[in-house]
Amino acid sequence: MTSLGRIYVPGDAAAVSVGADRVAQRIADVVATRGIDAEIVRTGTRGMLWMEPLVEIDAPGGRIGFGPVSEHDVADLLALGRAHPLCIGPVAAHPFLATQQRVTFARCGVVDPTSVDEYRRHAGLRGLYRALDLGPEAIVEAVTESGLRGRGGAGFPTGIKWQTVARTPADARFVVCNADEGDSGTFADRMLMEGDPFALIEGMVIAGLAVGAERGFVYIRSEYPYAIRRMQEAVDTARRDGFLGRDLLGSGHHFDIEIRRGAGAYICGEETALLESLEGRRGQVRPKPPLPAISGLFGRPTVVNNVLTLAAVPTILAEGSAYYRDLGVGRSRGTMPIQLSGNVARGGLVERAFGLTLREIVEEYGGGTRSGRPVRAVQVGGPLGAYWPTALLDTPFDYEAFLERGGMIGHGGVVVFDDSVDLAEQARFAFEFCAEESCGKCTPCRLGATRGRETMERILAGERIEPNIELVRDLCEVMRDGSLCALGGLTPMPVLSALEHFHEDFARR
Amino acid sequence: MPVVRAPSLPRMASPSTHLEFDAERVREIARRWSDRDGGLLPALLEINDRFGHVDARAVPILAEALNRSRAEVHGVLSFYHDLRTEPPARHTVALCQGEACQAVGATRLLAEIRQAGLDDHDVQVAPVYCLGNCALGPCALVDGELVARLDRTQLIGCLS
Ligand SMILES: Cc1cc2nc3c(=O)[nH]c(=O)nc-3n(C[C@H](O)[C@H](O)[C@H](O)COP(=O)(O)O)c2cc1C
Ligand code: SF4
Ligand code: FES
Repeated sequence: MTSLGRIYVPGDAAAVSVGADRVAQRIADVVATRGIDAEIVRTGTRGMLWMEPLVEIDAPGGRIGFGPVSEHDVADLLALGRAHPLCIGPVAAHPFLATQQRVTFARCGVVDPTSVDEYRRHAGLRGLYRALDLGPEAIVEAVTESGLRGRGGAGFPTGIKWQTVARTPADARFVVCNADEGDSGTFADRMLMEGDPFALIEGMVIAGLAVGAERGFVYIRSEYPYAIRRMQEAVDTARRDGFLGRDLLGSGHHFDIEIRRGAGAYICGEETALLESLEGRRGQVRPKPPLPAISGLFGRPTVVNNVLTLAAVPTILAEGSAYYRDLGVGRSRGTMPIQLSGNVARGGLVERAFGLTLREIVEEYGGGTRSGRPVRAVQVGGPLGAYWPTALLDTPFDYEAFLERGGMIGHGGVVVFDDSVDLAEQARFAFEFCAEESCGKCTPCRLGATRGRETMERILAGERIEPNIELVRDLCEVMRDGSLCALGGLTPMPVLSALEHFHEDFARR
Repeated sequence: MPVVRAPSLPRMASPSTHLEFDAERVREIARRWSDRDGGLLPALLEINDRFGHVDARAVPILAEALNRSRAEVHGVLSFYHDLRTEPPARHTVALCQGEACQAVGATRLLAEIRQAGLDDHDVQVAPVYCLGNCALGPCALVDGELVARLDRTQLIGCLS
């Protein structure tokens, strides 16, 4: 009987969307009929998404990969092994992965995400054990020292937020994980929850210890049914294993997690709207102050952090804050999981220390456009991020460098457009999106976005172009200065950047 | 023996599995969530999943069980895109119109699908903004199942 050891097929939603379940099923059938000894493991994805379904097989020099595999390739692939034309050799040595610095995503795509044993074997829970030794104040100090900033968009220093929550007197405190991931062009939260859910749980438990919270919530958008199920299973497993729940790891500390589903509202990614939603109300933004760190969920001090922020914490504790801080540049420390998508030849997840250029991301990792036409624009930072021309591609990926040039890195999405894009149309869309998703609480956003969309429609129809452009600028100013939150406040960013860098698209009607 | 762990995307309840309105079942769901913090939204979602939409008759039941006013329940019900007050069409297509999908032709795809007359009472086509599968666009949820790298022929194929 031949033995193939373990065969890995991603069970991540992206891989499944291009046929990974059919491939896994076919492998099981072929293996059974040929009497091959093999174990099929459903992993997360490595993040080489253009190569999905990417099948991997154990080999002496490290796992070898095949991709993109369809169910029709399976029989030949199992017979030919390395000689099969879809073989890409050792996966970890693939240029897309070999140059990355996988810190938060070290296990994603590698391990069985349902197995705590594997999690432990791959350095899992080391951060939590260390945190239990250190105690609350030293945990907060380690996170502050690491330079970690929130990966949800605003980039607020995580240690300072935790310290505020810890120091605010209260009868209860909460840890809320923001897994609403509403920004178009982003998928790292989903990838992590599906491929390495225990890392997020470990990060939340550490946050709970640090601030003295005993309850946590993960608010996951409804568009992610698979991540919701994975997280629910992982929470149950973690509780059974004893690193979540009462007296976790025999420490005398308690911390438990509840998974909650969103209901299709972009604004619920904004932290105060998210808290309203968790409390069972309309997802409308609350005025700040008070900050959620002082008065958050049910009026208690609350840590609200993005999935990637919390998932970075176990490594910081396990390896020490210096390890994390020594990666990166300026005030952007550690690594950023960058999500490359849109019209790009090789889309996927690129985790690197801050400081690489946008050009490296788009050209070297991405390999240019999928259509083969020239790159004309990139939008970084989600629907509220700026549209940039290729002239700005040498900008280093770091919070401040982007701000200086009128952009933002947000949650790390990079969307590539070829030369068929019409930036006036994209500006119209930015207003439309804001009008569609506005929570309705303040006038500049609610009315400004609708006015902006109508005005852009006139420009697109060639009506009184220059005066209408002036009107768009005025609307943007009102929205930027008068909106309660960043949905209204930042919608001007895609609009004005399109106007600044691609004026010809507005004028040529 | 090969060990296969093959989780696939959970299917959303399709209209054929949706239940007829049943006040007792609604009351049971409401009761289950009544002592949980912030239970109204999860209760509404569960009703929406089970029955395909939230019938107006569910509102007073929820209000009573969760100790909220009818106006509050109605306010929550009307705020969230996922919560329906009418039964859904037999098939639903949530076609992504996020920027990453736009960059690979999703806007045209939506126009084509609408032109092809597929958007009728049997099939409901609605735009959504990002499904978290942006590297493999254009994407859609077809009856709750995520499909990627779509073109017109494929999408029509999915539906027939
Ligand atoms: C309109 C809007 C949408 C947002 N969406 C998200 C989101 O989907 N996920 C997220 O983590 N943060 C989102 N944020 C940022 C949150 O308000 C908040 O800053 C973040 O969750 C804090 O976590 P962090 O410090 O770990 O980044 C959004 C903000 C705004 C204004
Ligand atoms: S800016 Fe828009 S989304 Fe934000 S609070 Fe105001 S109306 Fe709501
Ligand atoms: S933009 Fe379409 S899946 Fe993200």
